[in-house]
Order: sequence, then C-alpha cells, then structure tokens
Amino acid sequence: MNSFLTRYSSTTPEADIRKAKELYGEDEDFSEVMWGSTGGFGNLASGVPMFKLPSVQDPSSFLRMHTDDHADPSCRIKIKHGTTTLAFRFQGGVIVAVDSRATAGSYVASGTVKKVIEINPYLLGTMAGGAADCQYWETYLGIQCRLHELRNRERISVAAASKYLSNLVYSYKGMGLSMGTMICGWDKTGPAIFYVDSDGTRLKGDLFSVGSGSTFAYGVLDQGYRWDLTDEEAQELGRRSIYAAGHRDAFSGNTVNLYHVKQDGWKFIGNYDVSELHYNGPGDVPGATGGGYGYDIRVAGRTSTNAPEGEAGEGQA
Amino acid sequence: MSIMEYNGGSVIAMVGKECVAIASDLRLGNQALGISSNFQKIFQMTDRIFLGLPGLATDVTTLKETFRFRVNMYTIKEERELEPETFAHMVSSALYERRFGPYFIEPVMCGLQKTHDGSYKPFIAATDLIGCLNFAKDFVVAGTASSKLFGVAEGLWEPDLEPEDLFETCAQTLLNAVDRDAYSGWGAEVYVLTKDKVIKRTLKGRMD
Repeated sequence: MNSFLTRYSSTTPEADIRKAKELYGEDEDFSEVMWGSTGGFGNLASGVPMFKLPSVQDPSSFLRMHTDDHADPSCRIKIKHGTTTLAFRFQGGVIVAVDSRATAGSYVASGTVKKVIEINPYLLGTMAGGAADCQYWETYLGIQCRLHELRNRERISVAAASKYLSNLVYSYKGMGLSMGTMICGWDKTGPAIFYVDSDGTRLKGDLFSVGSGSTFAYGVLDQGYRWDLTDEEAQELGRRSIYAAGHRDAFSGNTVNLYHVKQDGWKFIGNYDVSELHYNGPGDVPGATGGGYGYDIRVAGRTSTNAPEGEAGEGQA
Repeated sequence: MSIMEYNGGSVIAMVGKECVAIASDLRLGNQALGISSNFQKIFQMTDRIFLGLPGLATDVTTLKETFRFRVNMYTIKEERELEPETFAHMVSSALYERRFGPYFIEPVMCGLQKTHDGSYKPFIAATDLIGCLNFAKDFVVAGTASSKLFGVAEGLWEPDLEPEDLFETCAQTLLNAVDRDAYSGWGAEVYVLTKDKVIKRTLKGRMD
C-alpha cells in the first residue's frame, strides 16, 4: 500500500522524475543518487550527455543561421570569441599562459575570464573559441578522467585524456562546436602538450599558441624559446608573450594568467595586468628583467623620437 | 566588416560652465591589429573651435586639411573670425556634398560662441557621416565606442561643471568607455577650452 502511495503521489522526487520522463519520453531509468550528485551535469544522468535540439529540419544550419560565425559577423547572437593562449614544454615542465578578455563583437564583455581550466591536479586545459563549449567539455573531461582513475587505479595519460576529448568533439563535427584547446599535463612519460580543436585535429608538440593573438605570441615565443630554459626564464617568456598579444591584438588583453606544470602537478604562478606590465613590468618576480615591457617605456630617452619618462602624460587620475 | 570600424577610435565633447571639453583616444588600428598609439583625431580649427574626426583614418587626414582650407578661405573673404555654429553648418554642408559617396567620418565639434553682450557661450555639435547636425546641450559622442560613451556620460555628466571638474568628467568618461571597446583606447588626449585659455592633457590609458 505504501509503495502504491509513493508511486502515485505527486510530491515525491521520484514522482517528479517519472513525470519528467513521461514528458520528454526518455526511457533510461533514473536512480535517486542522481539527484544532487551530478555536479551540475544534470543531463548526464543517463550516462551520455543528451542535448535538446531545436525542432526544425536541420538543427545545425538553424543554429549557424542565428549565431556568430567567423564568416558572418552581422548576425544578432554573438558568441564570445577572441583570445590568446599559449603552452610550451621545456626542461622544467610545461608553461601555460593565457589572457583574460572575452569579446562579443567589438564589446569587451569581460576582462576577468579564467581561460585555463583545471581539469585535475595534473591536467590543464586552455580555452579558445566558444567559452561555453570549452568550459563544459573540459569539465566533462575531468569527470571522465576521474572515472578512468577509479576504474584503472592509475592516472590517465595526457595522450589518452586529449584523445578522449578529440574523439568526443569529432562526434559533434558540423554541429557548430567551436574550441581550440591545449591539454597540458605531466604523466608517466613526462611533460606533454596536445593541441585539440573542434575540427577534430589532435597534435602532439612542444610549443603551441592558439587564438586571434597567437601570431603575436608566437613572435615573442619563437625568439626566446630554448629547451634548457630555467623555470624563471620560462615563466617570464610565457608572461611576455601573452603581454605582446594583449598589447597588439584588439581582442586579447586585460590580464595574464600563468601556470607551471611540474612532476607533482600544476601550480598557479600569478595574475598580471597587461597595462601594468606595459608601464611597470611584472614587479619583483623571478625571471623578470625589471621595468615595463612597453616599447616606448623601454626606450624612453634613448632615441631622438622618444622623450624621457615624465614628459608625456598626466597619468590616469 | 564595417568601414567605420576599420581603424577604430572615438571622440566625446562636453559642455561645462563657460567652458567646453573634447577628448579622444589615440589608437590607429588595422582591424584587430593595433598600429599606432599616437594618432590624433582632434584638431584646433580656430582659437575657439575644436574638431574631432573619428572614423576612417584616410578621411581623417583628408578632412582635417579640407576644413583648414575652408576655414581659412572664410576668414579671409569675410574678414572676421568664424563662429562655432557657422563652422558646424560648414561641416554639415561639406559632408552632404558627398551624399552618395561619403567620407567615413562622424565629426564632433566644440567651441565658445560669441553672444550679443560680448560674453562666450559653450557650444557643442556632432553630425553623422553625411552631415545631419545634432546640437546637444550636454554632450555628444562618436566612434566605435559611441554606445559605451553614451552610457558612461549619462551617468557622470552634470550641468555647470567648472573647467577642472569638466576635465575630470570628460577624461574619466572616455577612459572608462574605451576600456569596454576593442577598437578604441591605447592612450587618450583631452582639451578643455575656456574663454582665456586652452588646456591640453595627454593621458595614460590601458595599453591593450
């Protein structure tokens, strides 16, 4: 009798799930443990993520018609774009550095975006392209990496984790996912970086930069990169490269976030304001040569066209 | 890609108590790529008139010279100084001459207008790229950050500001608005025009 009561009462969570199932026609069974234990990934209750699709003939072309594609910036819904991210491998591990600007069209939507996603204590993912796509799928990757750990009593390799992500985004090819990411970490084989994007590309390498400001970052990175960089030199190179991109590229900037991955996992090194780097440099940090990164600041008083410090500018009040 | 956003840049002008202010950023870009942080968009036309020219950089250079020429011709022929309101109509008609192939510039101007009793009245105006005049009583904006400038200016501006307060209001409005615009910034300059002097200040701004 009691079971009948719970079965047909309309106030229990089970009844709510049953009603939801009837409404959306899902046949998988839900258990009570799903409630409150999915870390916000509510639609993963049945094991694989399920997405509601617009009820039109061709959902992906419907989406493309209404959202921002690189080819058509005039559309109404703008997805956040524009980024500079970099990662490189060297003697002392992996350096990961990113900017923090998010733009929608020419509007600077945010200057405090976290573009490094901490998948677990040994794995970092970077974010370029669709912010939501990267955030969602790299957090999802974190869940799968943990499950791998529990099943195999061993940490997942960077190669395996990146391949999981690459296969996953490939299964959505043509649906409008937009991400260019670097999966960075340290595993049995040592430091590793894999570039993975939403086209399905997956590349292993020592040095990558992704995003609208990547060309500027590569410029600084290439001229300063050596395998035998010290930890301090490497961190300075990462910071200086993102500064260069933040300075020149309209769609990158605001702040730099710097991470260093070593054998015992990743470490957050610091957050640096790009304008502060331009005028005053990173301050008293290891690897810094002192003074501002800006060209005019660096050469002030040393060329005929550059007035010494203090002659131009009242300063921001 | 809009031709009005090709080089980036923004200008704002504000009315104060017996003074006016005009301010602009200093960026010259090629779409997303920043080229120069020393590109002036504000020009002094007479002792009492300033003109800001945000828009396509090639037309900034052309129009600066065009208006210098027309102002000089007016002054010589009329044998008197050009008044700001007259200058606004000069700008308007010069732009409408190119109605079907316009200059890609939205001028902003400010000045001190001589009144009948010999005192000076603050004057500001702006036009669109084919010369539609807008005589505002508070402030005028133009450029890639215009929507952001409107927002900040609506919040900060108040009537009858003294020159120093007007400078601060104008500078802070510009500086904060261009920080929310990808195509403007890279330094700024502000001019405050009072009846007996012109104050020019170059500001440090965010360099991203």
